[in-house]
Formats: sequence, structure tokens, C-alpha cells
Amino acid sequence: MTGRASAEAAQPGLTGFEAMLIYDDALTGRVLDALAERTGLPREMLLEDLGTYLVRHPNTEAIRRLLRFGGETFAEFLHSLDDLPDRVGLAVPDLRLPSIEVRDLGPGQVLLSTGPGLPGYGQVLAGVLRAMADDYGSLALVVLLDCAGGAARLSVTVADAAFAEGRRFVLSAAAGTDGASGGIGAGPAGGAAP
Amino acid sequence: MTAPFPRPPVPFAAAGTAALSVGHEALSLLMPMHVVVSSTGHIRSCGPTLARLARDGALPGRRLLEVFEFQRPAAPSAMDDLMAVAGRRLSLRFRAPPRTGFKGLAVPLPGGQGALLNLSFGIGAVAAVAEHGLTAGDFAPTDLTVEMLYLVEAKSAAMEESRRLNRKLEGARSAAEEQALTDALTGLRNRRALEDTLARLIGMGHRFGLMHIDLDRFKAVNDTLGHAAGDLVLGAVAAALAAEVRDEDVAARMGGDEFVLLFPGVTDTARLEAVARRIIARIEEPVPFAGTDCRISASAGITVSTFYDRPEAEQMLHDADLALYASKRAGRGRATVHEPG
Repeated sequence: MTGRASAEAAQPGLTGFEAMLIYDDALTGRVLDALAERTGLPREMLLEDLGTYLVRHPNTEAIRRLLRFGGETFAEFLHSLDDLPDRVGLAVPDLRLPSIEVRDLGPGQVLLSTGPGLPGYGQVLAGVLRAMADDYGSLALVVLLDCAGGAARLSVTVADAAFAEGRRFVLSAAAGTDGASGGIGAGPAGGAAP
Repeated sequence: MTAPFPRPPVPFAAAGTAALSVGHEALSLLMPMHVVVSSTGHIRSCGPTLARLARDGALPGRRLLEVFEFQRPAAPSAMDDLMAVAGRRLSLRFRAPPRTGFKGLAVPLPGGQGALLNLSFGIGAVAAVAEHGLTAGDFAPTDLTVEMLYLVEAKSAAMEESRRLNRKLEGARSAAEEQALTDALTGLRNRRALEDTLARLIGMGHRFGLMHIDLDRFKAVNDTLGHAAGDLVLGAVAAALAAEVRDEDVAARMGGDEFVLLFPGVTDTARLEAVARRIIARIEEPVPFAGTDCRISASAGITVSTFYDRPEAEQMLHDADLALYASKRAGRGRATVHEPG
């Protein structure tokens, strides 16, 4: 498995990341470098794939569900993103995400600006947003404008809010048949590679 | 029951304040779970979410007290009683299954036109949302129920993840412990495991027997046929020990060709001697190796906890050792019971 081998390459003995443990940020960087070397894909693309994985993979279904609490439509979800760091903090107090500012640029278009401090945040967010647009059944264009110094700016244009039938989401995990069984799951180094 | 913080009577329609006039649609947006009750106690209208919850037919036109059972404060039996609890924290539930519970607050309408009762799920929200298949649109944006559901789910997901990690760590811990207590070559317990068990048996005041076994002519097998033959023989000895002891007994390899067995609850020395003889007989069965037979034997020394006023691990091991050497001196291939002084 590429992920496992990359983890091992980054730190001998490392077989994956545990969702509830804290790791050195530099280690994440080394795993990504090793993964990039092994797959021949650029680091940026891997980070985007990680974002998509978090939303799409059954291993991390819980994350998709928690994100869907942001709004009933993709537009509502986009406008709830300024709450995202606080929401994440309520779920996992150790997890501090940089702020996200949401600005309306016109009908169906928003500009997202993130605070600095987490390299790769912009790329992961782009992956999450693309996957969430699909999840809501919306057709959207997500462009990472820049991510200089760790602070990223993304533009999101919703071309068609009801482009396709989105994935089902019901408030109650117990009543849901949308498969709420997945956990937060292991990262890509531990689980299947995205 | 009184409210935890007694409030002054609510100044309904206080003098000088203009009564608000809010239409049904606006009221439904603000409070999707409200009920307007007439002065006769009949439901005049209700919010859309509450309407969805009622499975036994439309609510308007029915008597409030037929639909809801008031639990606290004491059940009002008439409209006058409902007016009396206006402004107080109410607990009530549907009379019809699934008997959904509510928190409520009622205020009188101006001009004696009845009352406005607003409801929420309270702590039962998670169950109610599941039961009734509610969506975010069923709640007013000012209502924090959806945020509460988010928190419950986030907490469950984090908890589940922690549990998974704990299970994994526990599995790794018990595997490491098992490894730390096992003799790698024979799969028997090791010296540490033996010493732990011995200390526990003594500490808890249990009666037990202790048998020290040393192989005879093992060194010759090792020297003439090599370590591979020696390892094979040790494996056969381990199998012999395992075959003759009970599940609750402990058989440990202390190192080299030396073994100690513990028999919890067994202090009958004749019985232990019989076990030793059976073990020795099994050990004496030849083990085929590379076209030849490895033949060894064993000597045993036995002691039991009841020989001592206050058994001590070191003393018991020493005494079993002395008895073992008595067996060796007496010609090997036999068992000797320690003779308490």
C-alpha cells in the first residue's frame, strides 16, 4: 500500500496516523513528500485528493455528515464555512483550524479567505469543497486563487445548484439510511489511498 | 412544582404597550411548533412542524387537553388551569404514540381570546428528530436544536474514534504482555510469568503445589546432535508438560533445561508425585531427530505451600531445588518431595 510505505519512509515504524492522536506537523510534511515521490503526483494534488477523500470515502462518512450540518443547500453550506473552525473545535477541541472568511462576490459566487498557519489548508479545502458540491448535487467551479504564506484564497462559483441528485442527508444519524456508520477514520497513510 | 427561579407574574399586555399583531404565517416562521388555543380550550391553529408531528390526524379543531398530556405543573383540566400556568415552564407530551415529549411555555392572548403555547423538544430532541424524520427546515434558524444534533453526532464520532483507538491499544498491550510472559522457544510461560503467579498465589493466601523439573542428559543431546535437536527436545518437553497440567496450572521454562510448575489448590504430595512420574515418563519417550532417537529423562523436586507457616517464594523455590537434587543423587528420573524441617 502506497500510504503505508510512505508513512514508513517518513518515519521508520510509522504505519499510519491515528485520528485522535497528535503528531508533529513536520512528520505530516515528510509523509506527503514520500507519498509524492512514490506516486509521482505533485503535493498540491495529493492534498486536494485528501480533501476529497475526507468527504467521499466511507471510512470518513462521519466527517461528511458533520459537514452537511452546515446547511441544507450548497450555497448555505458555503456561507456556513466561517463557522467551520468553531464547529471543528467543538467536535475535537485539540483541532484548531485557521479561520475562514466568506465574502459574496455576486449571485452564486463567493470568495473564501483563510487565515495562515496550516500549510496545505487551501488545497485540502478545495478538495473538500469540490466533493461537497457533488454531495449536494451542485455544479460548482472551485479555484484556488493563491495560497501565499499559508493563507489561501479560493473562489467558488455555483453554476447549477440542482445539477444532479445529491447524496441523501437526514438530520438523524439513527434514522438515516445514508450510511452514518463510518468513523472519523484513519488518514490516507493508514486507510486506503485516496 | 414551582419554577427553579420564581418569576414575577408576566406583565401580559402591560399598560402602555401596543399589542403586537402577528399573522399565522409569521408566527409559523418564528415558532414552527406553536399552538393557538381558543378560550374554549380548542386548538385553532398550529405551526407546520408540530402539524407534521401529529400522526393521529390534524390538530386544529381538537381539544388541547385531548391531544396533550400535561405532566408538570399538575395537569390542567380546563382552560382556566392553563391560564394559571401561563409563563411557567411546562412539561407535556402527546397522548398518542409515539408520545413525544415537549417543553412548553404558554401566554394568554389579549382580550381573553385564549392562549399561545410554544413547544420545543428539550433534551428529547435527538430521539424526536429520528422518530419524526425532521429536517433542518423544520426548525427556526434561531432554534439551536440542529446545532445540538451536530454536537451529539460530533461527540459520538469522536468517542467512537477514541474507542477504536483504545481497542487497538488494548490489543497491542495484551499482545505485548503475552509476549513478555511467554518463553519464545517453547511457548510455555517464562520466569517472569512464573514469579508473578507465585507472588500472587502467596499474596492471596492460596494453597498450591510447586514442582521444579530439571532435564537429565539434555546437555548430551545438545552437544552431540546440535542445538536444532536440543530445541526439538525442549519442544517435546513443553508438550509433555502441557499435556499433564490443568488449565489453571502454570508451566514455565526458567531458562536452559529447567522448568517450574505451579498447581493452585493442590497440596496433596502423593498426587503431585504421581503427576511428576507421568511427566517424567512422557519426557523419557524418545524424540526422533535426523534418523536417530534423542533420549532424555528428568528429575523433579516438589514442595507445597502448606509446609510453611508463611510461604515465601524464594524459600519454596529453594526447597523444591533441594528436593530436585535429592532426586538427581538418588539416580535421576524420579521425583522427591521436600521434607519440611
